[in-house]
Amino acid sequence: MEVSSHWRVRQQRYALVGEVCPSCEVKIFPPRDVCPECGDEAKTHFQFSGRGEVYSYTTLFDAPQGHEAQLPYTLALVKLEEGPLVTAQLTDVNGTKLEVGMPVEMVTRKLRSDGDRGMLVYGYKFRPRLQAA
Amino acid sequence: MTNSNFPPSDIYIIGVGMTPAGEHWEKSLRELALEAIIQARQEAGEITPGALYVANMLAPVLSRQSHLGALLADFAGMRGIEAVTLEAAGASGGMALRHAVMAIASGLVQSVLVVGVEKFSERVSAEIEAALSTSGDADFEAIHGVTQTALAAMLMRRYQFEYAVPEGAFAGFSVNAHANGAGNPRAMFQRPIKPETYQRAAMLSEPLNMFDAAPLADGAAALMLASGDAIPADSSYPKIRIAGSSAAVDAVALHDRRDPLYFSAVQDSTAEALSQAGLNRDQISLFELHDRYTIYSALALEAAGFAERGQGWKLGQDGNITRKGSLPITTFGGSKARGDTGGANGVYQAAEAVLQLQGRAGEAQVENARFAMIQALGGTGATAVTHILSGSETP
Repeated sequence: MEVSSHWRVRQQRYALVGEVCPSCEVKIFPPRDVCPECGDEAKTHFQFSGRGEVYSYTTLFDAPQGHEAQLPYTLALVKLEEGPLVTAQLTDVNGTKLEVGMPVEMVTRKLRSDGDRGMLVYGYKFRPRLQAA
Repeated sequence: MTNSNFPPSDIYIIGVGMTPAGEHWEKSLRELALEAIIQARQEAGEITPGALYVANMLAPVLSRQSHLGALLADFAGMRGIEAVTLEAAGASGGMALRHAVMAIASGLVQSVLVVGVEKFSERVSAEIEAALSTSGDADFEAIHGVTQTALAAMLMRRYQFEYAVPEGAFAGFSVNAHANGAGNPRAMFQRPIKPETYQRAAMLSEPLNMFDAAPLADGAAALMLASGDAIPADSSYPKIRIAGSSAAVDAVALHDRRDPLYFSAVQDSTAEALSQAGLNRDQISLFELHDRYTIYSALALEAAGFAERGQGWKLGQDGNITRKGSLPITTFGGSKARGDTGGANGVYQAAEAVLQLQGRAGEAQVENARFAMIQALGGTGATAVTHILSGSETP
């Protein structure tokens, strides 16, 4: 059980809360408190829109322990509108032709489960962006 | 990054040892390490090491064994000496060599024994994948079910997208590695493959196929290093000089990189090592690079300055990287054919380069090898350790 390590990042997992650097205004996700661009302190919270596009992706047929039940699943690097790249699974993509550049949006889903009595970990995944009809 | 007066010019490798790489069901972690240690110490003759540096990546997870410094020093009959593990994921071997060089350069230790050892075959695949994913970012990569293979596959797809490379562009690295593995009696795979074999291979994680990925192997390799004045004057061993040594890091997670397709740690450590050695790239006789995935070979060649961006794959296709080419790489098969021995890789690279520079490489021999560059990478290139070894005893 790793309850506290998941609880600590709940704002990131459920709401894509990162940071914005007060000096150079670069947007940061995941948060790291020191701006990777200018080196200044960057602790100002910033909530990302959850919109982005697929930078790259792949589908897995071998999984690490704890993720076997999800196989096969598709991982992506998503380029958020505000700049940063995020690593996450793509979901709701059955039958969708995936491609680099595809618009996606964040949803909250189950990331992993540790057996019948284990903890369920929820967090962000991305799905093809839904358009208003 | 290091400063350019480093290393001093008289640190030498005076003995090497390697076990075959493969599935050693019958041997434990400590027995593998001992085998390599005995060989290296025999080559080095009478010198007793002042310290033991162990390179290992995953023993605490896979073998439930940490504290390898004391464990292996004791098992090899060296109680009393200083011993410690150096861990930098897949770059652990390069990093242990780097620390041996620094220890000797400091003057506090006159000779160091480096042993790299990894024991993958204790566990099944899902457990190994989970262990390997600890070299990435636990909170923001591994929790999403990321594997090292998936990260490499995503880099490969993006590379194909940005540079519009043809189908099968990375085949050359795999074909070359297997051709070279055929000349290495310690290689896990000793048969050449045809380009068609690569084209027909099953996908692991699209677009990355089975022949784009190196097989995990158990194995151990060892080096004895000493300062020039610690080596007996009557030693006849063709000693190999450390001409350059540098380590650099990048962000651990791919998503935190400024440009995921550029291994900046490779650029930094390569430039520094070349500068220390006073060499240009065209003076490098062979380059033992990190080829856990074919895409990494291309990216390493580009960031190390041997190819323009987006062009690294061409070196694989046009014969330049073969043992008779202008820049031979993975001359004993690399991770792809010798076997990927995790934290031991960097030590294998050094031992193999030593054999090349001494003219002891047998079927794997590169003619007129004078300067060998070796480079160990950790994770997706987050750590890069580059050394240049010289067959000439003076700068």
